[in-house]
Amino acid sequence: MAENRNDKNQGSAHTDAERNLNTGVDLEKRNFLIATSAVGALGCAAVAVPFVKSMTPSERAKAAGAPVEVDISKIAPGAMMTVEWRGKPVWIINRTSEMTAELAKHDDQLTDPKCDVTSQQPSYCKNSDRSIKPGIAVIVGICTHLGCSPTAKMQPKGDMGDSWSGGFFCPCHGSKFDLAGRVFKGSPAPINLVVPPHKYLTESTLLIGVDAEGKA
Amino acid sequence: MTSKTVVKQSKSVMANVLNDGLNWVDERFPLTSNIKAHLTEYYAPKNFNFWYFFGSLSLLVLVLQIVTGIFLTMHYKPDAELAFGSVEYIMRDVPWGWLIRYMHSTGASMFFVVVYMHMFRGIIYGSYRNPRELIWLFGVGIFLCLMGEAFFGYLLPWGQMSYWGAQVIVNLFSAIPFIGPDVSEWLRGDYLVSDATLNRFFAFHVIALPFVLVGLVAAHIIALHEVGSNNPDGVEIKKTKDKVTGIPLDGIPFHPYYTVKDIVAVVVFLMVFSTIIFFAPEMGGYFLEANNFVPANPLVTPAHIAPVWYFTPYYSILRAVPPFPGIGLLGIPPSLFPGVAAMGLSVMVFALLPWLDKSPVKSIRYRGTLYKKWLAAFVVSFVVLGYLGTEPANIWGQFGALLGNADRATVVARVFTIVYFAFFMLMPWYTKKDKTLPVPERVTG
Repeated sequence: MAENRNDKNQGSAHTDAERNLNTGVDLEKRNFLIATSAVGALGCAAVAVPFVKSMTPSERAKAAGAPVEVDISKIAPGAMMTVEWRGKPVWIINRTSEMTAELAKHDDQLTDPKCDVTSQQPSYCKNSDRSIKPGIAVIVGICTHLGCSPTAKMQPKGDMGDSWSGGFFCPCHGSKFDLAGRVFKGSPAPINLVVPPHKYLTESTLLIGVDAEGKA
Repeated sequence: MTSKTVVKQSKSVMANVLNDGLNWVDERFPLTSNIKAHLTEYYAPKNFNFWYFFGSLSLLVLVLQIVTGIFLTMHYKPDAELAFGSVEYIMRDVPWGWLIRYMHSTGASMFFVVVYMHMFRGIIYGSYRNPRELIWLFGVGIFLCLMGEAFFGYLLPWGQMSYWGAQVIVNLFSAIPFIGPDVSEWLRGDYLVSDATLNRFFAFHVIALPFVLVGLVAAHIIALHEVGSNNPDGVEIKKTKDKVTGIPLDGIPFHPYYTVKDIVAVVVFLMVFSTIIFFAPEMGGYFLEANNFVPANPLVTPAHIAPVWYFTPYYSILRAVPPFPGIGLLGIPPSLFPGVAAMGLSVMVFALLPWLDKSPVKSIRYRGTLYKKWLAAFVVSFVVLGYLGTEPANIWGQFGALLGNADRATVVARVFTIVYFAFFMLMPWYTKKDKTLPVPERVTG
C-alpha cells in the first residue's frame, strides 16, 4: 500500500494519496466505506418493503371486500335495510317525499350541509340528499366519531325531542345524523357519514362497492 | 484418621471444587464481576423508603407475565373463529388454566399499578433529573411498550369489548392528517378489525413487544447502575465517598440489604395479588369487562365502550377535546385529530419532564408549596379523568341552556385536561419561582 501511494504521489501534485499521507486519513478507504454503507442501507430499505407490504390487506381480504349486489325493490317507502359490505353495515333507506323535503329545512343545524368534505361521498352524491336517486340513500352505518354503529330513529319527534325530523343516533357518544347521514352540530362526530361508491345495475338492483367509473 | 477430620477434609475438597468451577467460569465469562457490579458491590443509598419497592415489583410482574403468557399460548388459538372458544377452554377444561389466565389478566392491571407507583416515585423525588435523564427516557419507552402490550393483548380473547376497543383505537390512527386512513388499514390488514388483525396482534403481543420490553428493561437497569440510584433526599451519594475504599458513605450493598427488603415487599404484593386472583379477578368490571364475555360481533356495537382502567385518563382527554370544525373556504375538512393528538401528547409529555423541571432541588422534601400544589392538582386531574373515562359522557347529566346543554362530565373533563397539561407546560415557570429549602450535604436517614 505504502509503495502504491508513493507511486501516485510522483505522478501529480495533489492526489488523494498525498492528502492521505498528510492527514493520516485514508480517503480512498473512507469513500469506499461511505459508498458501501449507502448501498447497504438501500438494500435494507428494499428488503423492508416486502415486510411492510405483507401487513396490507391480503388478496383474500380484498376478495371479501368485493362489491355487493342488492335487490332494493322490496324496501317499503319510509323503511330501510342493512347489508354487509367489507364487514361493515351499509344502510339502504327508501326515503318518502316528505322525508326528502325535510332534508332541506335544517341546513343551519348541520356541520357540513353542502357536503363540502369530498372524502365522505363520491362526487355524484355531492348534492342536497346525498344520493343518485333522491329517494334512495346508501350510507355506511359506521359513526365517523369512533366507529360504532348508530341506531335508526326514522320517525320525527318521539324520544329524540320535538325538533327531531328523523335520522340516526349513535348510542356510544350521542352523535346525531339526518336521513342523508349528515351530522348535526354539537355531535362528537366531526363529519358526515360515508356514502360508499355505488351504482344502479337496473332500476331496482344496486351494486355497492363500485361505481360507474369502476372505482372500488 | 478420625471421622471428624474426614468431614473437614471432604468439606474443603467440596469448597475447592466449587472454587475451581467458579474460576473456570470467570476465566470465560464475567460472572463474579457482574454479580459484584450489579448486586453485592452495587451501592444504593441507605435511605430508600416505601416508594422504592415498585421498581423490583415491576420486574417481578414482568417475569410473571412472561411465564404465565408462555403457558397460555400452549392452549390459545389466534383465530377469529376459535379465539373466544379457546379462552373459555382454558378457563374450563385446561387443568389450572383458570388460575394461569387470571394470573395473566390480573397481572396486566397490577403491572400498571406498580408502574404508576414507580413513575410517581420518580416524579416526587426528581429521579428523572440530571444525570438520570436516559433512565427516565428508557422508562417512558417501557411504559409505551407496556401500553402496546396491554392493547394488543386485550384483543386476543375476541370478546365484544376486545373487538370494539380495537376498532376505536385503530380508528384513532385514521385521524392523522393525510396518511391516517392508510395507516389504520395497514395496522388492521383488512378494511375492518378481522382475523388478520387478531393474528398480527397475537404476533406483536407474544413476540415483538416482549423482546423490545425486555431490551428496554435491561437498558433501564444498566443506565441506573452506571449513574447510581437517586433517593428520597435527592442527594448524590457519590459526592461523599470513603477516602480509602472509594465507597459512598451513604451507600449500602444492594445485596443483601435491599434484596431482603424487597422480599418483604414481594410477600405483601403476592398477598394482594392472590387475593384479587381468588376473590375478585374481574374487579367489578375494572380488570375484565362484562362485555368481553360476549363473543365479538362486527355488526353490533355495545351501548357503552370504555377501555380498561389504566387507559381511562388518556381516553377522557381524547373525548374531552372537541373536533376541529374544518375551514370550508380552504377546503380543510373537519377532523378528530386534535383529540387524538392530545391523547398521544398526554402520554408522551412524560418524556419531557427532565427538561421541564428547572428547580434547583430534586426531591419534594425540599421543594416549596407552589410545586406541591401543582403536583396535587395533577394527581387530582389524573384520578378524576381516570374515573370519567370509565363512565359514559352523560353520567352527571347536562348543564342548563345557558351553557349550551353541555354534558357536565365533558366540561369537567375539559377543565382537568387543561390542568393536566398545565402541570407540564407551566413547570419551567413554577419550579423556577418556587421557594425551595436548603438541601443537606448527606442523606437524612
